[in-house]
Amino acid sequence: MSFETVRVIMEKEIRDALRNRWFLVISALFTLLSVALSLLGLSGLGSFGIAGFGRTAASLLNLVLLIVPVMGLLLGAMSIVGEREQGTLVTLLAQPVTVNEVFLGKYLGATAAMIATVFLGFGASALVIAKYAGFEQSGDYLVLVLFTILLGLAYLSLGFCVSIFVKRHATAVGVALFIWFLFMFLSDLGLMGTAMVLKLSPGALFWLVLINPAQAFKIAVIGSLQKSLEAFGAAGLYASETLGDWLVPALSAVMAAWILFPLLAAFLFFRRRCVE
Amino acid sequence: MIKIRRLTKRFKKVVALDSVDLEVQPGEVLALWGPNGAGKTTLLRCLLGVIPFEGDIEVMGMDVRRQGKEVRRLIGYVPQEIRWHLDQTVWETVRFYARLRKVALGRAEKLTGDWGLSEAKKKLAQDLSGGMKQKLALVIALLSDPPILFLDEPTSSLDVGTRMEFDTALERLKKDGKTLLFCTHRFSEVRRIADRLVVLESGFKKVDARPREIKNFEEYI
Repeated sequence: MSFETVRVIMEKEIRDALRNRWFLVISALFTLLSVALSLLGLSGLGSFGIAGFGRTAASLLNLVLLIVPVMGLLLGAMSIVGEREQGTLVTLLAQPVTVNEVFLGKYLGATAAMIATVFLGFGASALVIAKYAGFEQSGDYLVLVLFTILLGLAYLSLGFCVSIFVKRHATAVGVALFIWFLFMFLSDLGLMGTAMVLKLSPGALFWLVLINPAQAFKIAVIGSLQKSLEAFGAAGLYASETLGDWLVPALSAVMAAWILFPLLAAFLFFRRRCVE
Repeated sequence: MIKIRRLTKRFKKVVALDSVDLEVQPGEVLALWGPNGAGKTTLLRCLLGVIPFEGDIEVMGMDVRRQGKEVRRLIGYVPQEIRWHLDQTVWETVRFYARLRKVALGRAEKLTGDWGLSEAKKKLAQDLSGGMKQKLALVIALLSDPPILFLDEPTSSLDVGTRMEFDTALERLKKDGKTLLFCTHRFSEVRRIADRLVVLESGFKKVDARPREIKNFEEYI
């Protein structure tokens, strides 16, 4: 494998992301809302005496849950199918490159673009908080940034899967938005319904929740920030009691699996039928 | 230079190439002839190793399946439908492929100039005329000065003037000793440039002969 080749493809992917209107709009929205939420959080600082970073980390959680998955999904979904539909993938693969180099370059490029956006949003927000409230509880904030990157990568991998399995760009965007909707809204309602109908035990409900990477992210972040999962009811208490100190590492492993397995599936399928 | 043994390619139930045997000598110009769907483009894509196939292909002693990257280093490819990355200018496109082929940017710039693309360097590659797109494809194919060129219907979408210019360029490449494989639907191109003609029909090799030995081209349309 030539890392120089991977780097050339990666740089092109970053340039493509920066020219992608969807990506730019979502990135701008994420940055603006991050800063707005930080300012809103700081407005109550004097009255409640709550430190800026910890409070803002909690309020940014829902923003991240809403925006980062759709960013990762769209970025991934548009990556390969776009090239295949344009007809440029054949020209690219006819060069002295391997399928592995093309795939890795594309994934790393999309990853870099996504991490840059996360840093931009959180960075702008951090500057506002640091200016008005200092650096107290900045560790909590960093935990949120780290898990946000894992969440983004999980959805980016899912997006790559969509991009490989679907033949048209427009279909890929549609499927990506459907997956986002499914994971964001329907899974919560579906789980609540399933738990009620099947009278699931708290343990079963907790493990079922992890089918959704966004839920794994939410539990991991709240578990890290508050050290208690009371907000998740009986399932949260079950998780705290069963996993104890292993809760956050276990959830990190779940998220890593959400990054690796869809990516592996996408890679294997890409190797088999990259231009057919 | 190129050895193909029992090359078979299936797309689900459709057999695009059926046990094709072929050898191409160094410096030879081989025209691939046949109706649409005969398997010409598929043959070139198998030779490039960009799609899986059954059988064996060797290019300059290297196995396409196992040494695909090294083989592709020896081949310049002009695809049938030339489409460039959206939002990339001519120069960005040339530079991207030059970096992939590890070619000095000075050479890339010289080739761009030699083929009359200097003034279009800042234009979006996708906005170029058919002839200019074809020239850009040829510039990219020639970046690393490869000994072999695959051209998939290179003149099908060109006007008469640009076609003649392109034919002259192909003759120049032939004189330079390049091994050329090109798909075409034009008799004049075959008679003027090709040393050999291979006719494909429904994935089979129907004819393998010198163009002057073919009495009636119409029979193969």
